[in-house]
Amino acid sequence: MKADPRNVLTGANYLDGNHASAEGAIAAGCKFFAGYPITPSTEIAERFARRIPLLGGVFIQMEDELASMNAILGASWGGLKSMTCTSGPGFSLMMENFGLGIMLETPTVLVNVQRGGPSTGLPTLPGQADMMQARWGSHGDYEVIALAPDSPQESFELTIHAFNLSEKYRMPVLVMTDECVGHMTEKVIIPPAEEIELVERKYTDKKPGEAWPYESTNGDIAPMLPVGKGYKFHVTGLTHDYRGYPVINAEAQKLKVKHLVDKINKNVDDIIWIEEKDTDDAEIVMLSYGISSRVMQPAIARARKEGIKVGQIKMVTVWPFAEKRIAELAGKVKSLIMVEMNYGQVFLEMDRIARGRCKTYLAGHAGGTVHKPEDIYQIIKEAAK
Amino acid sequence: MAVTEIRITGFGGQGVILCGYIIGKAASIFNDQHSTLTQSFGPEARGSACSAQVIISGERVLYPYVTAPDILIAMSKDGYLTHKDKIAEDCIIVYDKDLVKLEKHGPKVKTYGVPATRIAEELGRKIVLNIVMLGFFGAVSEILPREALRKAVETSVPSGTEGLNLKAFDKGFEYGLSLKKETVATA
Repeated sequence: MKADPRNVLTGANYLDGNHASAEGAIAAGCKFFAGYPITPSTEIAERFARRIPLLGGVFIQMEDELASMNAILGASWGGLKSMTCTSGPGFSLMMENFGLGIMLETPTVLVNVQRGGPSTGLPTLPGQADMMQARWGSHGDYEVIALAPDSPQESFELTIHAFNLSEKYRMPVLVMTDECVGHMTEKVIIPPAEEIELVERKYTDKKPGEAWPYESTNGDIAPMLPVGKGYKFHVTGLTHDYRGYPVINAEAQKLKVKHLVDKINKNVDDIIWIEEKDTDDAEIVMLSYGISSRVMQPAIARARKEGIKVGQIKMVTVWPFAEKRIAELAGKVKSLIMVEMNYGQVFLEMDRIARGRCKTYLAGHAGGTVHKPEDIYQIIKEAAK
Repeated sequence: MAVTEIRITGFGGQGVILCGYIIGKAASIFNDQHSTLTQSFGPEARGSACSAQVIISGERVLYPYVTAPDILIAMSKDGYLTHKDKIAEDCIIVYDKDLVKLEKHGPKVKTYGVPATRIAEELGRKIVLNIVMLGFFGAVSEILPREALRKAVETSVPSGTEGLNLKAFDKGFEYGLSLKKETVATA
């Protein structure tokens, strides 16, 4: 299905990453936003609040982040595409009900404009240190999808992509941006509506009384049930069976959790999106995501000019992790370097997958600003020795 | 193609960010270049010295922050004092004559002063000071076509104020042109 032209600001716009993300959501057909303001994410909420009433949608400022997350899950079951945005402290508060969204298999989108942490940390300055929280922040066993834009243009595109993945895999999807991208203003080309492909929700074709909300296992995606059309159904955060009713035993648990994990693991080839450059003859491969993948470019260019064979992978999807490809490279290259604005989070995943087959390096940073290309260059030199 | 780093500084409420937005938009949308605008957020952006930074380039801007600006636009004393030493060797300083008292700079630094506040007051709205500065900056720096900047002004200011703002822009631009002519004549 194509986007509705009424929702799309086609043309060359000059927008910051947050405004671009809001436009992406609107273009994707999102009609419900519930959130609680927090720097540096608030511009997403502001733009949505200004724009969506004119397009027949709803914006609610909630009492807190717990309620925000619940509201967007409810709106999604009510039939609307929904989203919220937040930053570090709010992300922590949303984690419990993010898990509820996973368990209820509810399509929705959460944008985390990361700032420096822990705790209230650096409200107005960037960080990329919620990456492991994105992966494991809620309790229980599950898989996630997390995307990382490096610019306002990608904030627009990846927010749409997040909605598409959320509908396709019937789950909450994370957009893990950061203060630098969120508050950076650049040209954003918004294509005509007919060029924006949207994934629409699959609803059951069975009759009321014959359909259940969780009629699939082993990672197959079950259609949802619509509301207001005579379907009576129940969903719960308790481990449940195909009917959506609690079943508290090991057998039901295995079926459910296996399903939640399989949904992603059986579809990694469809979900994972990485952009490779110069990896064919590379002795060193740089891995990064979001703003850091952009800031490392001058360092790579400098090293390549000096004859160091450096390749790179930009991870558009950080989760699920591009395990297969990284494992392949680890058996081929001399070193892998992870560039990220934390002291080693996604690095751990890279290092685990390398299994000692090549050297691994971390170009880490505490946050508050982005890496200096010079510092990244020094690590490339070290790895090239 | 060359990269130009610009810092605009003033106090919160003067339209420092809008000024940066218009410069970036003129480059990106109306002059087929790349530009990245970043800005100071937080308490410092509300009332005291604040700044906006724009990088203009022929290619994609990879490192988003300004390190040593080639152009410093100073609309307040505090802003000037905060940023005056972190500039390129051959920086162009564009400042409001009535608000900023220049200190000593290196021999390669060029300075251009404009009574922007007074010109804005003469136009009847002190609030267009930033647009007067912008016009002046356009004329003396010559890094962007006048038309690109005008279009960016027209499409960025609140609707209903386009006329006033374009007038402010032109006033600033003309002042810059005549100042440049004088500088050439005396040289």
